Amino acid sequence: MNSSSLINALFIFVLAGFIGFEVIRRVSPLLHTPLMSLTNALDAIAVVGAIVLVGEHKSSLSAIFGFIAVVAATSNIVGGFLITDRMLKMFKSSRPAAKP
Amino acid sequence: MTPEFAGSQVVIELLYLIASVLFILSLRWMSSPATARHGIWAGEVGMLLAICGTLLHHGIVDYRLIAIALVLGTIIGVPLGRVAMTAVPQRTALSHAFGALCVTLVGSAEFYLRSPDISRFMMSVLSLEVILGGLTVTGSLMAAGKLQEILPQRPLTYKGQNFVNFLLLAVALALAVSLVLHPGARTLFPFMILVALSFGVLLIIPIGGADMPTVISLLNAYAGLSAAAMGFVLDSKLLIIAGALDGSSGLILSIIMSKAMNRSFTNVLFGAFGQVQAAAAAGQEARPVRSATPEEAAAILSAANRVIVVPGYGMAVAQAQHKVRELYDGLSKRGVDVRFAIHPVAGRMPGHMNVLLAEADIPYDRLIEMDEINGDFPQTDVALVIGANDVTNPAARTDTTSPIYGMPILDVDKSHTVMVIKRSMNPGFAGIDNPLYYLDNTLMLFGDAKVFVGSIVRELSGGHT
Repeated sequence: MNSSSLINALFIFVLAGFIGFEVIRRVSPLLHTPLMSLTNALDAIAVVGAIVLVGEHKSSLSAIFGFIAVVAATSNIVGGFLITDRMLKMFKSSRPAAKP
Repeated sequence: MTPEFAGSQVVIELLYLIASVLFILSLRWMSSPATARHGIWAGEVGMLLAICGTLLHHGIVDYRLIAIALVLGTIIGVPLGRVAMTAVPQRTALSHAFGALCVTLVGSAEFYLRSPDISRFMMSVLSLEVILGGLTVTGSLMAAGKLQEILPQRPLTYKGQNFVNFLLLAVALALAVSLVLHPGARTLFPFMILVALSFGVLLIIPIGGADMPTVISLLNAYAGLSAAAMGFVLDSKLLIIAGALDGSSGLILSIIMSKAMNRSFTNVLFGAFGQVQAAAAAGQEARPVRSATPEEAAAILSAANRVIVVPGYGMAVAQAQHKVRELYDGLSKRGVDVRFAIHPVAGRMPGHMNVLLAEADIPYDRLIEMDEINGDFPQTDVALVIGANDVTNPAARTDTTSPIYGMPILDVDKSHTVMVIKRSMNPGFAGIDNPLYYLDNTLMLFGDAKVFVGSIVRELSGGHT
């Protein structure tokens, strides 16, 4: 990574952090548990780095580490989305549901 | 670079861009239960696009192994998505561990592929990635073990604990610095990981069950930050964005939790929490309390106009939430206004109580946050406390010597009548005495939460016929 792409990466990190703060501050405290399981699933996007490691197969160590990493991240993606959906299905209003 | 290769690179980056936008929308839609399920949909589509984009990557030669890993991960993931709602805190801790494991392994593999040809900046970020990742792996496993009660839940403290922890952190940082200066020192790398892993264990050892909401949020923030660091290492904008979102989410939740427990944020950051101060419980003589039977409790509740139920972790332990729903139904049918007061740290993770009550089919507009409902207690006929203790302790407002002094609490003592369902007068785990129990307007309902609420429900329906 040269210094200009480093600066780009820093810009993205800081701006994404700001968006994160602004968006997540508005999340209803009702939904803090599903929020955590959802961000957990989204965070498992790290799987893309692991997939490349496995696929490129540059050394056996990197392929083995990558393989375990893909398994761990995929289980987070699948499990995270599943349980978040299950939780959100349970939240019902006593008033008839109004379409937003 | 051939033109077609550049073309596929553009497609991959565009797919990542769409995925990033979908991830942000996904969190945006979590602002209300009405739109939250769109959020999942956006997250899933974004994830699918990102994975498909990655598979287009030009360097990939071995698709078979990737497919096996994806299938294996799905096989493990499905049961983890189907655990009971009471087990969600330990599931969440476990998934923090899995996420951090992925990040740590990828970081380690990248180190061995690139060493010794690593710039100083890159090596610093890589060290940050694997140290944060490593301590999150073992820390989250410890937290999950404590929540699942495989490990003792009691905080384990010893003399000089903070010193040992800081020493380990210092060693990890020193190893990182020498690796930054000499990125070819391959033998140092495993030691850095090892120190980070042990640091994670020691960090969680002194933490008790009541502090779990803060700890889980903090581990969430660490997992997010380590993923963002991985984004820097791999020069992946998508990963930086996802990591920053996850990190800020964990950070915000940690701040909310630490405010709700009146701990300073630095106190939380350095893991110096969970110290048990048992001084307050000692030397108390037995004071008289007033108790009531289920019949009396049912009579008082049905004569009330406004009731606020205060649930705590004890309700979850006793699995009483479905009986509480029946109580809610029975009282609502008689025209009693029943609401639920939710303290931010009630339960074992942020928002835990809301999920348990929602599972029991209690409408979410009946679940009210602390700040919103606290003003209503003086106009409330009955506050019914089920399995909550510290979050209702008036000593937090008045007694400067109390270990929880200054912690924001639910002002149940201001309602006309307080009823507390509790097994016995035994002070809770933290050993802090609760003056609420000795007030003139407090009635103690001794018994198991599920059984006692069940008896009240029976009385209510019996009296109706």
